[in-house]
Amino acid sequence: MSRKLLLRGGKLVDPAAGRSGRFDVLLSDGLVTEVGDRVEAGDAEVFDASRLLVLPGFIDLHAHLREPGREYAETIATGLAAAAAGGFTAVCAMPNTSPVNDSSETCEFLRLRGERVRGARLYPVGAITKGQKGQEMTAFGELREAGAVALSDDGKWLEDGGLLRHAFEHAGLFGLPIVQHAEDKSLSEGAPMHEGAVSARLGLSGQPSMAEAAAVARDLLVAEMTHGRLHVAHLSTARALDLVRRAKAAGIRVTCEVTPHHLVLTDEEVAKSEFSTRTKMNPPLREGSDLEALLAGLSDGVIDAIATDHAPHHADEKAVDFDSAPFGIVGLETAASVVYDRLVSRGKLPLERFAALFSAGPAKAFGLPGGTLAVGAPADVTLFDPDARWKVDPHRFLSKGRSTPFAGWELVGGPAATIVAGMVVWQRVDL
Amino acid sequence: MTVGNLRTKDLVGIEPLTPDEITLLLDTAESMRAIGQRAIKKVPALRGRMVVNLFFEASTRTRFSFETAEKWLSADSLNFTAKGSSVEKGESLLDTAKNLQAMSPDLIVIRHGSPGVPHFLARHLKAGVVNAGDGAHEHPTQALLDALTIRQRLGRLEGLCVTIAGDIAYSRVVRSNIWLLTKMGAKVTVCGPPTLLPGRIEEMGVAVTTDFDAALDGADVVMMLRMQLERQGKSIFPSVREYFRHYGLDAKRLSRAKPEAIVMHPGPMNRGVEIASDVADSGRSVILDQVANGVAVRMAVLYLLLGGHPWEGES
Repeated sequence: MSRKLLLRGGKLVDPAAGRSGRFDVLLSDGLVTEVGDRVEAGDAEVFDASRLLVLPGFIDLHAHLREPGREYAETIATGLAAAAAGGFTAVCAMPNTSPVNDSSETCEFLRLRGERVRGARLYPVGAITKGQKGQEMTAFGELREAGAVALSDDGKWLEDGGLLRHAFEHAGLFGLPIVQHAEDKSLSEGAPMHEGAVSARLGLSGQPSMAEAAAVARDLLVAEMTHGRLHVAHLSTARALDLVRRAKAAGIRVTCEVTPHHLVLTDEEVAKSEFSTRTKMNPPLREGSDLEALLAGLSDGVIDAIATDHAPHHADEKAVDFDSAPFGIVGLETAASVVYDRLVSRGKLPLERFAALFSAGPAKAFGLPGGTLAVGAPADVTLFDPDARWKVDPHRFLSKGRSTPFAGWELVGGPAATIVAGMVVWQRVDL
Repeated sequence: MTVGNLRTKDLVGIEPLTPDEITLLLDTAESMRAIGQRAIKKVPALRGRMVVNLFFEASTRTRFSFETAEKWLSADSLNFTAKGSSVEKGESLLDTAKNLQAMSPDLIVIRHGSPGVPHFLARHLKAGVVNAGDGAHEHPTQALLDALTIRQRLGRLEGLCVTIAGDIAYSRVVRSNIWLLTKMGAKVTVCGPPTLLPGRIEEMGVAVTTDFDAALDGADVVMMLRMQLERQGKSIFPSVREYFRHYGLDAKRLSRAKPEAIVMHPGPMNRGVEIASDVADSGRSVILDQVANGVAVRMAVLYLLLGGHPWEGES
């Protein structure tokens, strides 16, 4: 017997298919099989979506699931459950695990473990170089066969320009984008926060904006020369965004993502929180002018995706002084709500762009299935309740990570249910 | 005597203080000075109270000064230095703090190389926390003793032109002094080589210049900062000789300041690097007054944070 689910009467927002309005959506055997004003239920189970937004499943291009190696901080099971609870139907797992995801064996392990776990889908991102050491390329073809959807040395910007050139050339054979964490460490010096008026006041060393912009500029030049596919991870500065905007206009094949925290918080948060390590992540929280530029980039389409950079750490690791704390906060369970509450419901971001930045945009950037609910697409759906009111309580997260600058925030709008391949993998308890 | 008290259990910096609180601290310190001038330097004000001196970074002057203040006020004190402690065995800061808390101290005096550690402890401990220097962030008792010294010599803070020169980027002394002096109505100019001037420090409400001679023109107070010699050669500044030529204070340079201008230094001094001996040892120098005032200021801080009423002298 076939497995069918009918989403009845929800407000469908599917920018890739050019649909926005009340539609019934029928999901059968893992695919979208019918979209219409009135679809007969037949033998399908009916899900009343009349008070909900029906959106193409959210895809996170940038999460750290910590397994293998740091299972005390997060596991694939807790990470994918947290993703589903945040409305994500798929997550790209960055390769900075232990061992690094630089071989088909590790990549295969990630993919298979992801398949066995209830929650979002897992798409592995393979390392560009062995051990993320920036010296020797990994076997891109084997990684792709084992499930890799992109290549990145993650927190380590690939400094060696010659190697990057070859990586672009070789990755082109397999259609894989190169994802760069754009940070020239000779300029940022590993500083714990953004360099600006706040760092000057607090006596903390700072990463100048140009450490990101300089890295992006170099990467764009190499991408241009090689016709390579560059994706800039968690872009955070106005300067770097401007470079990407110009590069796109010049036809360079580049995409970029931003995080929710860079869209709603600034470096003042470090001072306001009195050096709380919940405000320490990399790239660091920037300035108001950067935030404004990123908001403009969301609306005008230069930014392709919103990604979480979900980076869980054990509470003990974050319970230290600001300088020694590891970079990273969790984000899977707050990303969509924070963006909806602070931007969509306040008129700073149209609903269609919101949907696209979490679904069609990321799908296109990495060439992933989904990103639309057109007939024939995977039955990955995010049901979002625009009227939900909730307070962020990290102790209720499904993620093992608890460190978030959004703790205690009262938000309007949140995921109601998450459907992967036609199955409800997470549902808010009161529904 | 100002009537009132501090609003919090902690002194994490000058930034959160009001001008009234600063005045209260300075007035209280002024009355505490008398204790140090007596043959028997002890009052029972803090008898039975325990203060822990938690020093993760080397300190001579500040630690001795706090210890002296604690002794003169009859507090019991415990000294903790990172070397030889369980921190060297890998204990986390939070665990160290929790273990200390279990011994029920009333106040913890903390020095640490990382900004924000006093704030971290203040959040996690019932005991009061006094910042004795956190990285390049703040050193509030230093700014208070500097202000007390200026007030004694020049009679006021308001309207004075104060020039602070040297290693601005890495100095906690400068940040606490900027907060205090600007709150009290003084005009502050900071000066140093470009590599040691953090961008946008002017947003703290100070004038900024790299020209030391110009910075000295008409100054009432010249505060020299310690140049950390280990920075030499690390593309910060090439040599001591060059540094002294441009940013060292000697008698000739000092003549640009007002005739009654005073010269300060938080110590330890590098003679011949940021300050010439003829200036350091001159009648314009109040460097040793600063040290003496340090004890009075710390007595005032301990006394007020531990719930003392405005000090009326011994009854």
